[in-house]
Amino acid sequence: MADDVTTSDVAASPATSPVQGAAGRTSQVRPAASARGGRRGMNSQLRKRLEIFFFVAPALALFGLFVIVPIATAVQMSLFRWKGIGPLVDFVGLQNYVSVLTSDVFTGAVVHNLVIVFLSILIQLPLGLAIALLLNRRMWGQSALRTIIFVPYVLAEVVAGVIWLQLLQPQYGVIDAILGAVGLEGPDQGWLGDTDLALGTVMVVLTWKYLGLAVILFLAGLQGVPEELYEAAQLDGATWWQVQRKITIPLLGPTLRTWGFLSMIGSLQLFDMVWILTRGGPANATSTMATFLVNEGTQRSNFGIAGAASVVLFVIALFMAVLYQQLILRRDTRPETGRK
Amino acid sequence: MTRTKRSAAVIALGSAVALLAAACAGQGGGGGGSTDADADTITWWHNSNTGEGKEYYDQLAADFEAETGVTVEVSAMQHEDMLTKLQAAFQSGNDEQIPDVYMSRGGGELQTEVETGVVRDLTEDAADEISKISAFTGQYTVDEKVYALPYSMGIVGFWYNQDLFAEAGIDEVSPSPTIEEFYGYVEKLDAAGITPISVGAKDLWPAAHYWYYSVVRECPFETVESAIENKDYSDPCFIKAGENVEDIIAKDPFNKGFLATGAQEGPTSASGLLATEKVAMELAGHWEPGVAGGLTEDEQVPDFLGWFAFPTFEGQAGDPADQMGGGDAWSVSAGAPDAAVDFAKFLLSDEAQQGFAERDMGLPTNPAATDHVADEALAQLIPVRDGGGNTQLYLDTRLGQSVGGAMNDAIGLMFAGEAGPQDIVDAIQSAAESE
Repeated sequence: MADDVTTSDVAASPATSPVQGAAGRTSQVRPAASARGGRRGMNSQLRKRLEIFFFVAPALALFGLFVIVPIATAVQMSLFRWKGIGPLVDFVGLQNYVSVLTSDVFTGAVVHNLVIVFLSILIQLPLGLAIALLLNRRMWGQSALRTIIFVPYVLAEVVAGVIWLQLLQPQYGVIDAILGAVGLEGPDQGWLGDTDLALGTVMVVLTWKYLGLAVILFLAGLQGVPEELYEAAQLDGATWWQVQRKITIPLLGPTLRTWGFLSMIGSLQLFDMVWILTRGGPANATSTMATFLVNEGTQRSNFGIAGAASVVLFVIALFMAVLYQQLILRRDTRPETGRK
Repeated sequence: MTRTKRSAAVIALGSAVALLAAACAGQGGGGGGSTDADADTITWWHNSNTGEGKEYYDQLAADFEAETGVTVEVSAMQHEDMLTKLQAAFQSGNDEQIPDVYMSRGGGELQTEVETGVVRDLTEDAADEISKISAFTGQYTVDEKVYALPYSMGIVGFWYNQDLFAEAGIDEVSPSPTIEEFYGYVEKLDAAGITPISVGAKDLWPAAHYWYYSVVRECPFETVESAIENKDYSDPCFIKAGENVEDIIAKDPFNKGFLATGAQEGPTSASGLLATEKVAMELAGHWEPGVAGGLTEDEQVPDFLGWFAFPTFEGQAGDPADQMGGGDAWSVSAGAPDAAVDFAKFLLSDEAQQGFAERDMGLPTNPAATDHVADEALAQLIPVRDGGGNTQLYLDTRLGQSVGGAMNDAIGLMFAGEAGPQDIVDAIQSAAESE
C-alpha cells in the first residue's frame, strides 16, 4: 500500500510545479478579463466554476466514499465495544483509547515506528546520496548499475519479504550457511528470532528494499542541477568534493526533503514486511502500529480497540506530516513564491 | 462574484453529499426487504478446496440435490479466506450474503454468533444426529442448546519421526508417556545430535498448545469450565500448568530460531522441519499428516510418522484420559430455509461420514464411520479420543478470539523468556474481565 502512495506522489511531484505555474499565470490574466467586465465575465466565471465542479465532483465523491467515510467509521467504531457482528450498541466512550494508550504492546509499537522513521532517514539519506552521486558520473555500466539498485524497490513487498525470510532462516538459510562456511555462526535463535536483533534485521531488509527509491529520486533531482553551474565551478578550479558540497547537495535540497517526507510516512505505516518476517514478534520486539491494529482487529475481533489504534495512528501520522510541512518542506515553497 | 462562488460551492457540496448518501444507501440497504425464502436453493461454504476432498463434497452436494431436488450452491474456499468472508458476511447482516450452511469452530466465536442471533438452534431439528454424536456436541452447546453438528473432532499430540527415534536409540515409544519418559526421548535425541522438537512460535498458537495441554493435565475438566464460566482463573492449577511449560522450555528441546518459525507454511516451518526429517517431533493436531504430506518433495504423507499423546505429569489433577483438541462442525444460519438443516443432517449421515473417513479428511464423529479411517497414523487417534475422557477445545477458540489472543501473546512471551506462569494467568484474567 505504501508503495502505491509513494509512486503516485513521485509521479505527481514534477507535474505539480508546471500546474502551479499555469495557475499563477491565469491569476495574473484574470483581472484583465474581468476588467472587460459585464455579464459575459460573470457568466464565464460561473461556467468555469461549474466546469471545475463537474470534473472534480466524481473524484470528491470517491474520496469521500473511500477516505472520509472509512475514517468516520473508524472513529465511530473506536467508541464502542464491538466483536464484528451485530449492531454497534455497547458504547464505551474513550475507554478503548485508554486501553490502547496504556498497552505496553502499543507504546512499544509506537517506539518501533519512530525508531524506523529516524533510522531510515539516518541510514538511507547518506547512503542514497553517496550512491546517487556515484551513479551520476559518466562511467561504464551506468544504466545497468542504476537498474540493479532500483530492482528491490520494484519487487513486490510480499515477494521480497518471503525471499528474505528464507534467506534468514536459522541454520538452513543462505545467510547462516555462508557464515558457517567461513567459520562464523549466526545468532542462536536466528536473525529474526532474537528479541535484540529482530528490529535491526528488519531495518536491514527495509534499507535494502527502499534504498533504490532514494537513489532514483536523488538521481532525478541531480538532472535538474544546471550544467552551467558545474562549468563555472570548474573554471574557478573547484575540486569534485567542493562541487558536490557547494552546488549539488544544496540544489538537491527540495528532492531530499520530499524524499524524507515519503520515507517518514512509509515508516509510520509499515506493515507488510514486518508481518511477513516476524508478525511483530518475537515477544513484540518488532511490532508496529499497523501490526497492532491488524492483530486486534482482524485476528481478535476487538474492532473497537483496533478502531482506536487506527485513529491514534492517523493522528500521529497527521501531526508528523504537518510538522514536517511546516518546519522543513516550507523552505521549498516560501522562497520560490517570494522570488516570483 | 462572491455569490456565484458561494452558490457554486453549495451546489458542489450538495451534490457531493447526495452522491455520498446514494452510495451509502446502496451499502446499507438490502437487508430488510429481501427474503431468503427461496427454499429450493441453499448455499454451503466449506474449506476442502483441493483435490479429493473438494470432489467428495461436490459429489455429496450433487447426491443431496438428486435426492431432494434442492440445489446446493457450493463455495470451496481456502480456510483463512473462508473465515474472513464469513466474518464479512456476518458483519453485513444480510441474509443473502450469509451462507445457509457453514463451518463453525465452536467456543467463543459460536457464543458471539448465538448472542447476535445469526445461527440457528438445531437441538430439536437434528435431535437424532445429535444423540449419535453427543460425545462431541458439548463444545457447540450454548445454554443447553446445540448450534452446530460436529463432523470431525481431532486431538492434539506429538507426531514423531520413527526413523529418527530409532536412530537415537529409543526402542520403545509409549503411546501415552509420562513427562519423565518424554524428557528421556529429548535427551537421547539431543545426544544423537538430532533436534528433538520443532514449534512454530511465530504464529503463537503452536506454542500455546503446550500450555493448553498442560492445563488439561493439571486442572480437572470442571475446573477449567467453571473458570471460564465465572471468569475467575485464580485456581493454582493454571500456575502449575505454566510451570510445566517453563520446565519444558528450560530443557531447550526446540529447533533453532523457533520464535521466528512459522507453523505450517513452507519447508522451514515447524511442520516442514518434521516432514523433511530435520526434527524428530512436533506437537500438532490431526491435520499434521496432511500438512506434512504437502511439504515433502513427493507430496506423499511421510510413512515414518508415528503418534503419541501429550505427556502426563506426576500428581496431575486432570484425568489422564482427557485430551485437548478441536473440531469442525456444520452450522445453519438463522435466515436459512429448512432444507439447509436437512443438508447439515445429510452431511452427518453414516454414508457421508464413512466416505469422509475413507478419504482421510478428518476424524469422523459418527460412530458408524470411525473404523473407516484409512490412514493408520490417523486411525491411531480414534481410540485415544474415544477413550472416555473429555476433549477440551483449543483454549484460544474456547475463550474466543479476544481473550484467546491475549493468552497466546502471553504464552509467546513465555517462550521468549519474557513472561512467567503468573503473567499468563493475569493476561487471561484481565482480557476476560474487559470483554
